[in-house]
Amino acid sequence: MRFGHKYAFLLPGLLVLIAILIFPILFTVRLSLSGWNSYNPNLDFVGIKNYIRLFTSDARFWEAFFRLSFFSFTTVFLQYVLGFGLALLVWKDILFKRFFRVLFLIPMMTTPVIMTVIWKTVFHESLGPVNDLLSYVGVSYNWLSDPVVSKFTVIIVEVWQWTPFMFLLLLAGLLSLPKEAFLAASIDGAGPIRKFIYVTFPLMAPISIGAIIIRLIEASKIMDTIYVLTSGGPGTSTETTSFYIFIKGLREFQFGYAAAMSFTYLIIMIISLTVIVNVLVRVFNGRNS
Amino acid sequence: MRSFYTTLKYLAVTLWTIFVIGPFLWALSTSFKDFNSVTSGAKYIPWAQFEPTLDGWRVLTKTSAEGGVDIIEPFFNSLTVTGLASLISIVLGTLAAYALSRYQFKFGFVKNNDITFFFISQRIMPPVVLALPFFILLSNFGLLDSILGLIIVYIVLLMPIAVWIMVDFFNKVPREIDETALVDGCNPFEAFFQVVLPNSIPGLVVAGMFCLIFGWTDFFFSFFLTFTEVQLLPVRIVALNSSITPWWSLSAAALVSVAPLLLVAFIVERFLSKGNLSGALK
Repeated sequence: MRFGHKYAFLLPGLLVLIAILIFPILFTVRLSLSGWNSYNPNLDFVGIKNYIRLFTSDARFWEAFFRLSFFSFTTVFLQYVLGFGLALLVWKDILFKRFFRVLFLIPMMTTPVIMTVIWKTVFHESLGPVNDLLSYVGVSYNWLSDPVVSKFTVIIVEVWQWTPFMFLLLLAGLLSLPKEAFLAASIDGAGPIRKFIYVTFPLMAPISIGAIIIRLIEASKIMDTIYVLTSGGPGTSTETTSFYIFIKGLREFQFGYAAAMSFTYLIIMIISLTVIVNVLVRVFNGRNS
Repeated sequence: MRSFYTTLKYLAVTLWTIFVIGPFLWALSTSFKDFNSVTSGAKYIPWAQFEPTLDGWRVLTKTSAEGGVDIIEPFFNSLTVTGLASLISIVLGTLAAYALSRYQFKFGFVKNNDITFFFISQRIMPPVVLALPFFILLSNFGLLDSILGLIIVYIVLLMPIAVWIMVDFFNKVPREIDETALVDGCNPFEAFFQVVLPNSIPGLVVAGMFCLIFGWTDFFFSFFLTFTEVQLLPVRIVALNSSITPWWSLSAAALVSVAPLLLVAFIVERFLSKGNLSGALK
């Protein structure tokens, strides 16, 4: 009993998670070594043929991956800057403080795909309000059908959806900061900008790292928004890795190849996120000292 | 100088407010339009610019046989799946988090931090990687297109969140609480359920809310693992998008689906302002 109880707490959750996950992961690996597609629906063994194809002759996958990196870094950077700014704005004395806090949280409570459907009507090129309002200043953009502009459309929607999450984590952090440091800075006669650079920002470093990492993880999976908003188009100009795998696997039924891409994607994600975490820790702690 | 700062501050807040509520106002306005008012260019103000109708809202309660959209059944499906999966995730996740926070584990080179990381790292898993194996797994057990199948899948999505928030929370609950209870003659389970758990309500509420948010807003798995028997709300609404696009019922349905979680925003803010959230989030 003295020995067993700790396992009674841990194991139910751990075993359930492992049980649900072990098959999918092993199956993905096995599938990636097969040539399963709609003409040949068999779990045969073709060795690393799929991986060779992926690494030598599939530029589209790598383009999608660089596009994903671009989207992830841009949106998370914007979310961090805007989220931090908003958190600072409603941190202290402002009228209707709690009203604005609730309001700023709302987008993250909404279902991304559903809001994206709404955004699609907002950005509609002839019937939507954005081009209608812009027409008063004499411009209009093809928000969904121009290969360059559509990237910004995706970024705008992602920033709208997920800045609140950053805002929430950073505001919770700001509200938990010790008051003594600010008091000391005030006594030393520091203005608001110096206070931010020398007190607030360094104290917020660990929370910032955590928030950025969480958002990068979630952003690296971006798929729903793109599926609804542009379906990866026009052409492949907004296609990300997840969406490309989705097309290959679940639209063209190249299961074996899609599994190889999935597994590669997962490994790349784990490696790059580990690197990013280490870089972030170093950057933020460097400023700190 | 000071008033300049203040002006700038309120300007920034106002701009962001417009950005946040813009799509909602547009959807609200659109939900009262009909075919003519939608297709004749962007219109904003009812009565002044277009004649409002309630058609967009009426079709929501009709079945598809009557030419409606029927979002009532998907609404309750979503509620069941999200609710049950959140509950199971919270129960299992909280127990595991408590173990990881209070006891030392060692399975070979695997220690507490590695186990915690294993739980949390499931969030890294891109849904598309799991989609196909889950499809085959569920179809083997005859759970495709069923509520139970979705709940199983959603546990994978939600338990990491519960563990992440609760480990952090339990680390901040003083150990003396459990030790006192143990000295007083409780066994470890009594100590947990009667002493530690009642002191962890804020953490549980926050973890529960995050599970509800991420469960309610998920689209990909329900899109891929269900067809006709069980449809969740996001799938039903996105399906409207692919047809001739009746913007009015689309907007009305979107507003209905978004409404329940607006309540969560108020609860989160209450915890935030009372300072309880900082204990439950890093």
